[in-house]
Amino acid sequence: MAESIPADAMHAHDDHHHTEQSIWSKYVFSTDHKMIAMQYMFTGMAMALIGGFMAYAFRMQLAFPGIDVPGYGTVTASDYNALVTNHGTIMIFWVAMPVLIAAFGNYLIPLMVGCDDMVFPRLNRLSYQIFLLSAIVLIASFFVPGGGFGGAWTAYPPLSAKSQYSLTALGSSFWLVAVALEFTAFLLGGINFVTTAMNARAPGMKIFDIPIVVWMIVVASILFMSSVGPLIAGAVMLFMDQNVGTAFFDPDKGGDPILWQHLFWFFGHPEVYVVLLPAMGITAEIMCVFARKKMFAYKTFLYTTFATGILSFTVWAHHQFVAGIDPRMANIFTVTTLLISIPIAEMCFIYIATLYGGSIRLTTPMLWALAFVAEFLIGGVTGIFLGASGADIYFHDTYFVLAHFHYTFFPIAIIGTFAGFTYWFPKMFGKMMNDTLGKIHFWGTIIPFNFIFIPLFVLGAAGQHRRIYNYEHFPELAGVEMQDMRVLATVSMLVMLVFQLVFFYNCFISWKKKQKDAGKNPWKANTLEWTTDSPPPHGNWPELPTVYRGPYEYSVPGREEDYFPQNVPD
Amino acid sequence: MRPIATTRMAAGIPTGRLAIWWVVASEIVIFGGLLVSYIMHRLAKPEWGDHAANTNVWIGGFNTFVLLTSSLSAVLAHKAAVNGDGPKAAKLLYATCFGACTFVVVKALEWNMEISHGFTISSNTFWSFYYTAAGLHGLHVIAGAIIMLIIAETAKKNLELHRVELIGIYWHFVDIVWIFLFPLLYIAK
Repeated sequence: MAESIPADAMHAHDDHHHTEQSIWSKYVFSTDHKMIAMQYMFTGMAMALIGGFMAYAFRMQLAFPGIDVPGYGTVTASDYNALVTNHGTIMIFWVAMPVLIAAFGNYLIPLMVGCDDMVFPRLNRLSYQIFLLSAIVLIASFFVPGGGFGGAWTAYPPLSAKSQYSLTALGSSFWLVAVALEFTAFLLGGINFVTTAMNARAPGMKIFDIPIVVWMIVVASILFMSSVGPLIAGAVMLFMDQNVGTAFFDPDKGGDPILWQHLFWFFGHPEVYVVLLPAMGITAEIMCVFARKKMFAYKTFLYTTFATGILSFTVWAHHQFVAGIDPRMANIFTVTTLLISIPIAEMCFIYIATLYGGSIRLTTPMLWALAFVAEFLIGGVTGIFLGASGADIYFHDTYFVLAHFHYTFFPIAIIGTFAGFTYWFPKMFGKMMNDTLGKIHFWGTIIPFNFIFIPLFVLGAAGQHRRIYNYEHFPELAGVEMQDMRVLATVSMLVMLVFQLVFFYNCFISWKKKQKDAGKNPWKANTLEWTTDSPPPHGNWPELPTVYRGPYEYSVPGREEDYFPQNVPD
Repeated sequence: MRPIATTRMAAGIPTGRLAIWWVVASEIVIFGGLLVSYIMHRLAKPEWGDHAANTNVWIGGFNTFVLLTSSLSAVLAHKAAVNGDGPKAAKLLYATCFGACTFVVVKALEWNMEISHGFTISSNTFWSFYYTAAGLHGLHVIAGAIIMLIIAETAKKNLELHRVELIGIYWHFVDIVWIFLFPLLYIAK
């Protein structure tokens, strides 16, 4: 193969030349990991706007039943079903995953392990293209006859399998195909992430020198790869039930609808950790930098993550306590579910121990990171009620469940993303963001967030069921106090949405060069991405770095500066 | 074109081989989910044995033999590639492809026969599993054969010989899936 090397070198030169020339190949068909990361980031943010708009439409319907929603129109009952279904699907599969794993993974892994690109750049590009296709198919599902799928994001059969029940024959299949394509994209991406972090590390970077966020994205990718398989098989079976006439999930013909629930939640619960871990990693990076302290118990954090990953495969049936599973089985899953809160709590203690005694700087990214831990704790603690089968029989399918998982997913997908985005913005675009606007946006998001979901906890505990289009039809749920709380939640959501304009304005003015240049290392951080230009050039470094120490050597005694970058020799 | 990242080997395993094992791992859970679903049904429903009696063990056995033989030629292709003999590796990969084609053609004839006897995918859940599992496996056989042809084309020119090993690993995986499917769908009565 010796003769192929000059040919490769020539290709490399051509490619580089080409990249500088054509806008088309620079922005659309790029194989550069940073550009693919931006494609994922902005596609994810666009989908977040769509998902947020859906939430706006159905929350308005719940607070003011029958109202002509400005910008949407009247929300009919089938609209409502399609909106809540696709809001959930979009926020998890088209916002949390592409932004937290694909965008940050693509951007950070090569820069943080010190190499010039992902190990399979073209596979990476293919992964984004499949992802984009999946997003288009999902949006298209709203415009087919019958409208978008309305059987909830969990797609339980027989509702999802039979068009005479769901009334959306085409919408259901489009939804399923979109989800399957999305899984394919993330399998390709995940293999790339894991292989890059394992094999392409800079000389000198041992496995315990890898920054935590890279570890977290890798473990999340492995969790995804090992949990999604049964659901892919399940999706094939459901698709055949919808379109070919099989009866995998139809009890009339010898199938079993509970089988789908097992296949779905065997993936669905690890999926929570798939999106949680990258957000945990982002938080850890930010806390070390802005507390100017070495991370407390790096290895314990890692082992805890592995324990979480393994345990996450043993808890899925806590979603099915009322689905007719054996009560003895429910006891076992109660125990495993309560067990999994231990490693997660341990991770939160590690954060607190890292902060303890540090010289804390309350910059915008740090505020987001602190809020992540505080808000996620509420989500975690309310999960205890739902994991215990006795309490869950009462709480199941109420707004208590809904508020619980929004207190986990909102910190993950929104707070975690804003933390990472504001922290790495100077690296990505070469400019500092405006800190005052950043803090206005922070408080304008966090305060309304709590005012949306705390009322929903109360409503859920009072017995308000989910997936109801108009509570006026349920006299015991239509009282004035309950309706007032629905209005409070909706109005808070409107306030929160308005404050997102501050974020976009801040991005815009920062990007338009009204802010000062970031320089290479504005936060005085140790990890490798801060040793190159902002934004990094094609190939990342003129000469790839060598690593001499771990990523969190802050405030090392006897050193003049309070940070010690990984690439500086002793 | 190829970044420096691809040529690094911090884990001590070549990047391509590492990645193909991750592909196999993610495929194992896909087939694993399908087969475990099937086995759980099967254990609860002894009457499925009567449905399974309608499958043809001889045709299934012949296909098992064909696939195992094709894996042998994949191994020999790998051996030739290790010795740097690209043209020989390509020939052996073509032989493996021939095995894949035989498998698919026999499978098509077998399905044709079964459908004409009235055992279709919607007859009952056993036959749904039968066609879905074997169909998903058949798609993997076809995809593997196409990739093998592409690799054989470059191997013929003595280029990218390490890919011969990668397709070999994948091919053995496809083979092993069938080793699970054959007894589960055909032999167990």
